[in-house]
Amino acid sequence: MIIAKNLVKKYEEITAVDGISFVINRGECYGFLGPNGAGKTTTMKIINCMSPLTSGNVLVCERHVKTKPREIKALTGVVPQEENLDPDLTVFKNLLVYARYFEVPSNEAESRVEELINFLNLSEKIDSHINELSGGMKRRLLIARALINNPEILILDEPTTGLDPQVRHMIWQKLRQLKKNGITMLLTTHYMEEASQLCDRIAIMDKGKILIEGNPVTLVEEKIGKEVLELRINNAMENELLQKLNRFEFTHDRVGDTLYMFSRDGRELLQYLVSNDYPLVLHRPATLEDLFLKLTGRGLRE
Amino acid sequence: MKSIFKVPDISFRAYRVWQRNRDSYKRFYKANLIGSLGEPVMFLFGMGLGIGGYLASMEGVSYIQFIASGIIMVTAMYSATFECTFGSYTRMMGQKTYDGILATPLTVGDIVMGDILWGATKSLISGGIMLAIIIIAGLMKGPVIFIIPILMLIFLVGLMFASMAMIATALSPSYEFFSYYFTLTLTPMFFFSGVFFPLEKFPLIIKGISYLLPLTYAVNISRSLVTENFSYIALSGFPLLLALTIILVIVAVNMIEKRVVK
Repeated sequence: MIIAKNLVKKYEEITAVDGISFVINRGECYGFLGPNGAGKTTTMKIINCMSPLTSGNVLVCERHVKTKPREIKALTGVVPQEENLDPDLTVFKNLLVYARYFEVPSNEAESRVEELINFLNLSEKIDSHINELSGGMKRRLLIARALINNPEILILDEPTTGLDPQVRHMIWQKLRQLKKNGITMLLTTHYMEEASQLCDRIAIMDKGKILIEGNPVTLVEEKIGKEVLELRINNAMENELLQKLNRFEFTHDRVGDTLYMFSRDGRELLQYLVSNDYPLVLHRPATLEDLFLKLTGRGLRE
Repeated sequence: MKSIFKVPDISFRAYRVWQRNRDSYKRFYKANLIGSLGEPVMFLFGMGLGIGGYLASMEGVSYIQFIASGIIMVTAMYSATFECTFGSYTRMMGQKTYDGILATPLTVGDIVMGDILWGATKSLISGGIMLAIIIIAGLMKGPVIFIIPILMLIFLVGLMFASMAMIATALSPSYEFFSYYFTLTLTPMFFFSGVFFPLEKFPLIIKGISYLLPLTYAVNISRSLVTENFSYIALSGFPLLLALTIILVIVAVNMIEKRVVK
């Protein structure tokens, strides 16, 4: 569905995307994860022909982004990170005007608009203006708008950032429903849970490169293990403890006041720690977030 | 430099942007019309009757009739300019409407052309109403059939100033910038394009500058059509304005593209 080869995007001094390649299959949900400035949004914009690439090759539905932007854009729907609904128009008109951009015939457009407004539970707000909507409603309207042309590919740039858990879960429901209907989805997110919930495959990006790609569950198991033990102990205690533990199989990482221990089977390790009265904070399954932090580091990106 | 004159990708879809602007205009049209017609109507009757009371005639016609033809052009100029400076800038920067549209099959060329066509449409609305007022006031002396070329001229002037305004919008870092644009571009045209007094008595330098101002040609054509003094020479300004407009549209599209596509 989408094939990218050695994709590079430079803005004057900065290289936002630094030679990445990936293939996204039909009907798949593919997620880009990465800290701010990793190049996720730029990659999405190139796929949707909003931003020209510096070098490399991107094919979307067998069409080259450089030569067939209008055709590619006709096949895709975009939920942008930054809300850009039309504040001069009502909810209904927003969708109707958008349908015209895609040359959806007007009688078909009206029924499509109503269908989408119902699908995203916005019927009560159909005649409201945009400034009367809450953040969650705006995001749902953006999703409705992205679906107006019955797209083959849906691009979601941080679809649930800043929303409350109720709305977030509702949006996940809707997206899973869309996926079941066969739409190909591309999303960026900062929420590891979101990626785990929705994505068949993820790519973790940092500094314009893809660090790792694959199924989120398999990746975590391979690279991190199954379980994590968090201990709040100081450096001296840590050295002492680690010496005693050399018969167990695990990897570890220290961050501030906490020692993280990653292992495939943590039961014996846990037993040892508990019976020796170590200040255990948490024993939990390994998550995508562990993998993410391991790969991209814990330094702040500002 | 070369990239500013690149042939733009403009399609029929510009009409979709025009439609969008029309739909949002329906909400505000009253305030909008009073804003764009109030001033010219007051100029026409205030100056026309006030100063006109002291003048026997100007270039062989009554003073109010002399300025009426020019004021139609000024109205067209301001309507298109307001739309494609403040209006377009708000859509481009504040509301991110352009970004929203760019995710659809439309190009920057379609968007800019749609906004320019809309700016010209607003010129046609306010300029057309001005023309109606002038006809009702009995100030239109040319043949009735001339209403058609006058409306065409209003639309062309609208297109020209809308494109020029789009270029200002492409360059503008903020709304404040537009006060420079208005003061340095539109105000000189307002005073030195022969709207309120003939150019003949101006010093040579100002006269020379006047002939560099596109509004001068528009005013001459308009005067030739509205008053009894029809002249073929004035009409030769038509192709000139048309050529300038085409160049301005091309430059406007390329400059806005530089600004929004990164």
